[in-house]
Amino acid sequence: MEKNANMSTPAVPEIAAFKKQSQIKEIWRRFKKNKGSMIGLIMLLLLAFFLIFANLFTSYDAAITQNLSEKLAGPSAQHLFGQDSYGRDILARVLYGGRTSISIAVLATLSSCVVGCALGAIAGYFGGKVDSIIMRGLDIFMSVPDILFTMAVVFALGATTVNLVVALTLAYFTNYVRLVRSQILSLSDLEYVEAARAGGAGSIRIIMSHIFPNAMGVIIVNTTLNVAKIILYEATLGFLGLGMPPPAPEWGQIISDAREYMRVAPHMLLFPALAIVVTACSVNLVGDGLRDAMDPHLKT
Amino acid sequence: MNEKNILEIKDLSVIYKTDLETVAAVNGISIEIKHKSTFGLVGETGAGKTTTARSIIRLLPAVGHVTSGTIEFEGKDLLALPEEEMRHYRGNQIAMVFQDPMTSLNPVMSVGDQIAETIKIHNPQLKNEEVDERVEETLAMVGILPSRKVEYPHQFSGGMKQRVIIAMALACEPSLLIADEPTTALDVTIQAQVLMMIKELRDRLGTSMLMITHDLGIVAKICDDVGVMYAGEIVESGTVQDIFEGKNHHPYTEGLFGSIPNLKSKAKRLNTIPGLMPDPTALPAGCIFAERCKYATDRCHKEHPKVSVNGTHKLCCHLFDNNGCRKEEE
Amino acid sequence: MSDNHEIPLLQLKNLKKHFRLNGGAMLHAVDGINLSIREGETVGVVGESGCGKSTLGRTILRLIEPSSGQILYKGEDVTKISQRKFRPYRQDLQMIFQDPYASIDPRKSVVEVIAEYMLIHKTYKTRAEVYNRAAQLMDMVGLARRYASMYPHELDGGRRQRIGIARALSLNPKFIVCDEPVSALDVSIQAQILNLLMDLGDELNLTYMFITHDLSVVKHISDRIMVMYLGQAVEIATSEELFNNPLHPYTQALLAAIPEPDLAMRDVPFKTIKGEVSSPINVKPGCRFCKRCEYTKPECEGTDKPLIEVTPGHFVACELHKN
Repeated sequence: MEKNANMSTPAVPEIAAFKKQSQIKEIWRRFKKNKGSMIGLIMLLLLAFFLIFANLFTSYDAAITQNLSEKLAGPSAQHLFGQDSYGRDILARVLYGGRTSISIAVLATLSSCVVGCALGAIAGYFGGKVDSIIMRGLDIFMSVPDILFTMAVVFALGATTVNLVVALTLAYFTNYVRLVRSQILSLSDLEYVEAARAGGAGSIRIIMSHIFPNAMGVIIVNTTLNVAKIILYEATLGFLGLGMPPPAPEWGQIISDAREYMRVAPHMLLFPALAIVVTACSVNLVGDGLRDAMDPHLKT
Repeated sequence: MNEKNILEIKDLSVIYKTDLETVAAVNGISIEIKHKSTFGLVGETGAGKTTTARSIIRLLPAVGHVTSGTIEFEGKDLLALPEEEMRHYRGNQIAMVFQDPMTSLNPVMSVGDQIAETIKIHNPQLKNEEVDERVEETLAMVGILPSRKVEYPHQFSGGMKQRVIIAMALACEPSLLIADEPTTALDVTIQAQVLMMIKELRDRLGTSMLMITHDLGIVAKICDDVGVMYAGEIVESGTVQDIFEGKNHHPYTEGLFGSIPNLKSKAKRLNTIPGLMPDPTALPAGCIFAERCKYATDRCHKEHPKVSVNGTHKLCCHLFDNNGCRKEEE
Repeated sequence: MSDNHEIPLLQLKNLKKHFRLNGGAMLHAVDGINLSIREGETVGVVGESGCGKSTLGRTILRLIEPSSGQILYKGEDVTKISQRKFRPYRQDLQMIFQDPYASIDPRKSVVEVIAEYMLIHKTYKTRAEVYNRAAQLMDMVGLARRYASMYPHELDGGRRQRIGIARALSLNPKFIVCDEPVSALDVSIQAQILNLLMDLGDELNLTYMFITHDLSVVKHISDRIMVMYLGQAVEIATSEELFNNPLHPYTQALLAAIPEPDLAMRDVPFKTIKGEVSSPINVKPGCRFCKRCEYTKPECEGTDKPLIEVTPGHFVACELHKN
């Protein structure tokens, strides 16, 4: 049968040629089918382009230089989004504010992901007392309202990028602990994990090489959706005056400033709000698409 | 349609179509089930047995389409019926039992309520007390204490759940029962109990049956007629005598019998059929079994064999001429 | 069994595994198994779901820690040593799993799955040597090398089971627990895998413990068979003896319940046993089978029945066969 037919094949070269791509390709194929997510992805890429290359369209100076003679001016050829109460260019403020807001959100998501995954993995894999201690600690964390908690951290440590990231991490890592713990509990019952143990694999190897790769889909999807949440949450902090100190622009704070002039200069509120809505929407669309594409049960 | 038959399937073909591929699940099969008899459909995973069964009650998954053929039940083509009318047939006259007893019952409803629900749907005129009585009769019929009707599915063992499911299927006294591997998930001793119960109830109620299984032992015990299915086609069919005692067999049937570990034989090695079933997205042009067949000739690879009939025994193989007798070696 | 002077490859002495359930009840999964397995022998373990046969296999490999009793490998007690010290033994004691779908990590390619154990034990210095050995193993189990970089979901059950076998063989084991290795496969594929296991057993002088619920499967492959019921061995005999002369009522019932593909048996109704396997939780001493047994007597309850050697090599635990 097959045995004899392949005895003569040379050994190493063809075996070393891996086909790692196939799963990623498959996910991409299913992701492409979802129109909403593709729109989200395109918007996200456009947004990223404008934020990264903001200095091609405007400059940071325009975002912080006051020009009181032109305060509250509406959109014009020179100032596409108009000017704010100090005469600063709103387009520049939205772009540079976006840089700050989004990078804080991404950093906070990543750090809460790392902290949460590590704790969740420890709790789930070792179980018993370790699990109880971590989970009870988590319960205490979660019984304090997020907003109070972050406010306390920012008040105590001061509003800098690092402190904001720390505050947001503390507010959001709890999701990951629960998620990863439940994933590990369900995955470590599977036969392939048992097979790895039968081969003599230790705990760390099992977690790193069998459990995490298989839990990755869920974690990635959750992370994308979390980015959107944190962007909004961070805007809320800015709105409450807990964001970066002025004059550095930031979305929540721009909106907060615009609130007073809502009736006389609606453009001041409109554009930054639109920026937040578009970002959150497209991130959510991409996250939804990823969730469907990564779910092996929905193979169509 | 022949008067003697309760169900006639003619030239049925079913495909599963997705963006990526088209799977030819069933390819032009014909089956006749006589009144009060049991037809056994035998084959391995992916042969198209379940697809055939689901086509009869028209519960194919969304990607499945019937591309040709008719399914006549008591003279009516089920495939042509409007969905409304079909619903009346389902459960009332044709009932189906699925393989997995663990997922076929609703976990948050008591067993008695679930049976009562089925009875009520099909007999809306019955009063509550009458329904209750019927529920108790039904449970007693499958050997479960009627007092257990208030219990929930998780309190029942696998064998008992499968009995409940069979009881529910038979509650409306359907004229045709389709059983899709009803005992595969059960232990042997429990399987024996359930099989004996099915046999006894079938004889008592005069139900016709389509029994889907991969186990030739079950066929020998329960069925009157047999169809051997391979890669979406019926390669051999006939009465149990034709299949178990006849001399001429399709090479696949031969291989299937050879693969079963025999309790009586002393041989240490098992006979195997080499290779695997052909890819259903790209079936060969010739005989579907040619790739694995030890008798295969050039003709087998090029030309699809026709069905040859010898009395009740039908074979689909180039080895046999039109009378179903083996041809002389060329 | 004790008159054999050579040390058996594996010896189980009164091995028990009890699980404590929520609420303090004890589930007696494995309840005092005594068994010695000689080198090169294949022992079939047969029983219905819930009889503890899988737990037994996993306990021997210390995938589940035994509650009490002893596991002797080549005469050495490996029951109490730490997992770290047990790791070298894992090269000799291997397992083939039941479900070819669940037992292989879906995110690893075929060659990665086969290579994993060798990388863990650092059997070879370079990755190339490991992959070379993996390729040899693929030849050995009849898996074409072109599948090496494929993912398990692209392969069918039979081929996946071949991957599992190649993985188990990768460390040159002496003893393999086969936990229902063919029950998830179709008959024609099942026969291919059984033949492969038998060939490999002869070729590499392997010792198997073959766990299954299907007596007809185990007949061909086993030298001796142990029938289990609710955590205990009810009968041990050579394969031939067990099929020709089953003594325990449960063994008889198991044999009678197999539907045979033979029309002569068509109208002979199955000799079914009443009831279902009772719960293994907080079991009382006495014959575990007595509630379903047609020969049950008052003496059947009260004390556990030991295995008694009725004829040389044929052991049975039953009141009916005391002498």
